[in-house]
Amino acid sequence: MQRKVGVVAVQGDYAMHIAALRGADSGVDALEVRTPEELATVDQLIIPGGESSTVGLLMQRFGLGEAIVARASEGMPIWGTCMGMILMAREVEGRDQYRLGLLDITVRRNAFGAQVHSFEDTVSVAGFGETLGVFIRAPIVTQHGSAVEVLATYGEQIVAVREGNRIGTSFHPELTDDPRMHTWFLSL
Amino acid sequence: MATETGMKTWREKVGLAEMLKGGVIMDVVNPEQARIAEDAGAVAVMALERVPADIRRDGGVARMSDPEMILGIKEVVDIPVMAKCRIGHFVEAEILQALEIDFVDESEVLTPADIANHVDKHAFTVPFVCGARNLGEALRRCAEGAAMIRTKGEAGTGDVVEAVRHMRTIMAEIRQVHSAREDELYVLAKEHQAPLEMIQEVHRLGRLPVPNFSAGGIATPADAALMMKLGAETVFVGSGIFKSGDPAKRAKAIVESVLFYNDAKKLAEISKNLGEPMVGINVSSLPERELLAVRGW
Repeated sequence: MQRKVGVVAVQGDYAMHIAALRGADSGVDALEVRTPEELATVDQLIIPGGESSTVGLLMQRFGLGEAIVARASEGMPIWGTCMGMILMAREVEGRDQYRLGLLDITVRRNAFGAQVHSFEDTVSVAGFGETLGVFIRAPIVTQHGSAVEVLATYGEQIVAVREGNRIGTSFHPELTDDPRMHTWFLSL
Repeated sequence: MATETGMKTWREKVGLAEMLKGGVIMDVVNPEQARIAEDAGAVAVMALERVPADIRRDGGVARMSDPEMILGIKEVVDIPVMAKCRIGHFVEAEILQALEIDFVDESEVLTPADIANHVDKHAFTVPFVCGARNLGEALRRCAEGAAMIRTKGEAGTGDVVEAVRHMRTIMAEIRQVHSAREDELYVLAKEHQAPLEMIQEVHRLGRLPVPNFSAGGIATPADAALMMKLGAETVFVGSGIFKSGDPAKRAKAIVESVLFYNDAKKLAEISKNLGEPMVGINVSSLPERELLAVRGW
């Protein structure tokens, strides 16, 4: 049976992820997820880019956060890009904001500074080599537990991690024409 | 702070606008309001000295805000901070870029500095948002390098009628261009007074080349949901929040209304007991010379 992939559509660039999933596999069933009921219909989940304080508040208020944690504990594959990685983190530096605690990492928000410091550059990701990294007011991983595998660094900074079937990236593959990370996620 | 050595690109400029979709951007005049906005779930704040309702009341020349005041707001929030420059005032824009503001709004709410030219936005690394009343105006701003378009509406009135008119016009004109034959695009470019390449892009995409947000007169959760239903991808709320009786509650309600704009039952819950909305001004009672939306060329 065709697996269903959900993209958290509370706020952010979820439409870009849905387009990227369809680009990676034209037969994929990609769905927007706003409520626990919608989450129950999908087999794996992407948490997109956006504003982590906004989405965290709304996830908490309407029960989606709790439902995601429950599904993660049953082994559902989850990938967070930028905001998604912040929400999946165990700790956010200097801020007591809502988070799911699905990756044993500490993240630093806006690690490169304001929007005038946003950029794109080549990033080498463990497993499939070089890809284009689009970094928009991007976070980095500043600490991680021993179970966390570092997938990519930029300079000295950790910008992609994996813990089991949970993935976090600082950058946005959904904004590029390279479908490989979405294809890989679909294979998990 | 981590250092970047990569490239500044169009993709990361428009990318920030993509990240702001499905949200609410709130006008704030001090750090305290900025915190209330962030805690309520705003995706960004617009830092300015006076909200449009007060600019309207005070009259005189409205200019870029004091950098000290903008920086004070930037210091207390983690969400993106926007600020306004006057139409065509590229030096105000340069100052805002030097302050590392995340988005510049070249805004008709301030008094225009140039009656013919807008800012050449391609010359900047900071992204710009510009107002528009119709497709031609939106595409002229895109040609100049705007990374986001918003309806103008009629700022500072609390009357949503102009935002509705502008969004309906833009969406209807997009549908017309999208469904036209290719050999009709030349004359459509002439009619909309927009560059042919931009008209061709809209024909191909069936939408604006950049995110399409809404502003100007949104005061209630129902107003915000209405704009989302008409095609807005995010809403700006200016005077509507901090000119109301209970700003924190109203801000939170408007954020929720954008998430659940398609669910009338949830909207009914969200709209309960919000206290006094801003009093507002009926746009049709305003004399022509007091309209802000007609500024911009």
